[in-house]
Amino acid sequence: MNFDKDLDARGLNCPLPILRAKKALTDMQSGQVLRIVSTDLGSVKDFQAFCKQTGNELLSQSEASNEYTFFLKRK
Amino acid sequence: MAVEKICVVVVSGSRERLQMAAMAASVAAVSGIEVTIFLSMNSVPYFVKGAAVDPPSEGGFGELIVRKKAPDFKTLFRQAVELGDAKILPCSMALDIAGIEPDTLEPYLGEPTGLSSFLDAARGAQVWTF
Repeated sequence: MNFDKDLDARGLNCPLPILRAKKALTDMQSGQVLRIVSTDLGSVKDFQAFCKQTGNELLSQSEASNEYTFFLKRK
Repeated sequence: MAVEKICVVVVSGSRERLQMAAMAASVAAVSGIEVTIFLSMNSVPYFVKGAAVDPPSEGGFGELIVRKKAPDFKTLFRQAVELGDAKILPCSMALDIAGIEPDTLEPYLGEPTGLSSFLDAARGAQVWTF
């Protein structure tokens, strides 16, 4: 999937992946896509809730080798 | 029903409670929830500019927070303001009792606030106390 900005949140624990994602999204335009890679187990539910709460769209999420990858479309 | 407004009351000066308050407030704020943080009692001195960020731990977890280099609570509170438009209001009574001048506080704090004003801000909000 194509994306406009990449956020490496590997090694960061809650709440830093969410805070870094918020900061990244702030600098992006509506419709642009942010890719986030995290190793925080809680980030799966966290990004689902974050998108539900903020209106940003969670385009996809996947897991491989204990790394979680998310694609968020900025609202 | 989705949470729309939260007031976080912080009276503790312990590392674990300050950390949890900051984590909850920052995530709520960047999630689009209106967040007001009221600092009083033992939490206030840590928000003087240049004050050491070394609160005592209640238990072993506080030591782990330091050892694992978790982001300190002041950084998280500042991000709640900068990224999520949270308001952090120092208690006017606590400032007076502790002899702290408002202009010595961190610049991201709001105006000293009394309880009546805080209760007005808390109207209709969930209130979480640490």
